[in-house]
Amino acid sequence: MSPRASKRTSPGKRAVRSDAIRSADALAVYRKLVLARRAEETIREEYFKDEMKTPVHLGIGAEAISVGVCHGLPGATKVFGTYRNHALYLALTGDTDGFFAELYGKITGAGKGKAGSMHLSAPERGLVATSAVVGTTIPVGVGAALAHAYQRSDELVAVFFGDGAVEEGVFWESLNFASLRRLRDLLVCEDNGLAIHAPAAERQGFRSIVDTVRPFQCHVVSGDGSDVEDVIATTRRVLALMAEDPRPGFLHFGYFRFLEHVGPREDFDAGYRRRPTPDEARRLDPVVRFEERLRQRGIAEAALAAVGAGVDEQISRSVRAAREAQFPSAAELYRDVFA
Amino acid sequence: MKSLITFREALALALAKEMEADPTVFVFGLDVADHKRIFGSTQGLVEKFGGERCFGTPLSEDAMTGVALGAALSGLRPVHVHIRADFLLLAMNQIVNMISNVRYMSGGKLRVPLVVRAIIGRGWGQSAQHSKSLHSVFAHFPGLKVVLPTRPQDAYGLLRSAIRDDNPVIFLEHRWLYDITGEVDDEDVPPLGAAEVRRPGDAVTVLCTSWMNVEALMAAEVLARRGVELEIVDVRTVSPLDEDRIVASVRKTRNCVVADYDWGFCGFGAELAALVGHSCFGVLARPVERLGFAHVPCPTSRPLENLFYLSALDIIRTVERMLGLDPADLSGATFYSYEQRFKGPF
Repeated sequence: MSPRASKRTSPGKRAVRSDAIRSADALAVYRKLVLARRAEETIREEYFKDEMKTPVHLGIGAEAISVGVCHGLPGATKVFGTYRNHALYLALTGDTDGFFAELYGKITGAGKGKAGSMHLSAPERGLVATSAVVGTTIPVGVGAALAHAYQRSDELVAVFFGDGAVEEGVFWESLNFASLRRLRDLLVCEDNGLAIHAPAAERQGFRSIVDTVRPFQCHVVSGDGSDVEDVIATTRRVLALMAEDPRPGFLHFGYFRFLEHVGPREDFDAGYRRRPTPDEARRLDPVVRFEERLRQRGIAEAALAAVGAGVDEQISRSVRAAREAQFPSAAELYRDVFA
Repeated sequence: MKSLITFREALALALAKEMEADPTVFVFGLDVADHKRIFGSTQGLVEKFGGERCFGTPLSEDAMTGVALGAALSGLRPVHVHIRADFLLLAMNQIVNMISNVRYMSGGKLRVPLVVRAIIGRGWGQSAQHSKSLHSVFAHFPGLKVVLPTRPQDAYGLLRSAIRDDNPVIFLEHRWLYDITGEVDDEDVPPLGAAEVRRPGDAVTVLCTSWMNVEALMAAEVLARRGVELEIVDVRTVSPLDEDRIVASVRKTRNCVVADYDWGFCGFGAELAALVGHSCFGVLARPVERLGFAHVPCPTSRPLENLFYLSALDIIRTVERMLGLDPADLSGATFYSYEQRFKGPF
C-alpha cells in the first residue's frame, strides 16, 4: 500500500470491520472495553463519598481508542498518555488493584498515592508516563523513539493526546523532529472536538487536523474512535505503513465525550453542547456498539454476561482492597524525590 | 593525570571522558556540532563519537527538552546544551512539570539521568535576554540538582559527576569563566553537593556562586593588604546545598557576606542569608550582608552594565563597612580587568 493511500480514505469509511479481530480476541477486547467502562462507572458511584480525593477526567465514550490501539500495538511498545488515562492504564495493565488504590491515595497505588488519577503510570507494563499538562508527553515519546533508534531497537512508541494538544507549540516541534528523524513514534490524537468546553471552531485556524499534519513526512490515518474494530484495523494499517516506509505515524480518531471535562457528572444542561439522541448515543458508545456487533456475530448473551460479571467482581474486590489499604506513611513524603 | 587547561577545554574533556566510558551518553542541542562548538566546549566530540552522539537540533527548546527526558527514561544519558540559559525559559514546562516530577509521581519507578548545560552571565552588552543566571529558579523546584562550577577543575569534575548522576542536573556555566585556565586532575571527580573553601580566612566569610568567586578573590587580595582575611566559600552546588560547610565557615569568622551571581530580591542569596541567620544566630557579630545585581533588567550600555553587576569593589566596601574600617583608597585600581579583555561578539 502506498503511503498516500490514506489520503483517499475518509474517516471511518473503510471496510475493515469484518475481519478486524479474530473471534478468539473479540471477547478479550470486549472485556477490556467493559473493564474501562465499569471502572469509571464505579468511580462515578463512589466519587460522592469524598474518599477518592483526586480530580477525575473520565473517558466514557473514549474507551475504544485506548483499547483498540493498544490491542494493535506490539507487546513491548512504550506508551505515554494524558490525564484522561484510565482506559489506557487499564488496557495496558488490566490492573484494577493499583488503579483504585491510586485513586484512593493509598500506598498500594500504582504511584504509591503520589500520582493520583491525572498522572497514572505503570512503566513496568509499558505505560511510561501520563501528564496533566496538555501536550507534555508528546516530546517525551519522541525522546523514547530517539533512544530506540540510538539503541538500534525496533521498539515502538505510542503517545496519546487530545485535539487541544494540537494547538500547543510543542506538538508541532515534536512532529517536526520525529518526522525529520523518521522515528518509530505513533502519535494518537483522541479528538472529542472540545478543549474543556471550547469547541474546535473557536480554537483552530485550520480546516482539519489531519490535513494540517499531512504535509509533514509522516503517515496520517484516520479512523472512527467509537468503533473498536475500526480503531484496531486503523492502527494495524498505520503500523504497516510505518514498517514499509519508516516514518512516524499519526492516527486521528474522533469520539464523543459523554461526561463533563473533569468530574463524574454529565453536563448537557450547561448549554455548550446538546445531549445526543438515543440513536446517536448508541452509535457513539463504543461498548454498546461492539456488544451489538458481537451479538450479530452470534456470541451468546451468556458469554457477554459472564464477561460483565467477571469484571464487576474484579472491580469490587479492588475497590474493597483499596479502601482498606493504608495511606502512605509520613516517611513517604520525602521518598523518591531523587534516585 | 594533571594538565593546565581552560574551563572550556575542561568541559569538552569531561564530555569526551564520559562518552568514552559510557556509550549511552550523548550530547545534543543547538550549535553543539557547528564550527563554533558552544564556545569550544563541545570541541572534538562529533569527530570522535560521530553525529549520532553529538548533534544539533531544530529550534525547539520545549520539545527537545522533552526528547531529553524521553531518552533518559529509555536508558540513555543525554546532555542537552544551551548557549544561553535564557533559552531554557522556553523549556520550563518540561523541566518543571515533567523532569523534576516524574520520578516522584511514578512512586520511584523512574529515573531521570539527564544533564542540561547552559551558559549564564555577562559577556559584553548581553542585555536582558542573554545574561540571566536562573539557578535560584531551578533550585526552587524539588527534584532538580543545580550546579555552578567556577574553576576548570569543577567544570571537569562536576560535569562528570552530573552525567553519572541518576537525577536531572542543571549545569550553569558563566561565560567569562570559559577562558580561565587552571590545573585539572582527571581523576578528581567530586560528588555533587559539596561546597569548597577557595581561600581560608578568619575575618569574614564570603559565600559565592560562579563568577562571584573570582571577584571575591580579587577583593580578598586587596583586603589582605590591610590585614583583613576573607574566607571565600564556593557554594558550587545550589541543590543539594552543603549547609554544613557554609555554617562551619561562618561559625569560625562570625561574619558573613552573601555574594550571589544573581538578583538579590527573592534570590538564592536570600536562602543563604536565611540559613546563616538561623544556624549562626548566636555567633554572628553583625547581620548578614547580601550582595546581588541591581533589581532591574540587565542593561546593555557599558556604564550601566558596570553599575548593574557586582564587582570586587562592592565586596571590599561591604566588608569595610561591616568591620568599621575607613574605605581604602582604590582610585588607581581596576576591577573589570576581565571585562576589558572580553571582546565578544557573544
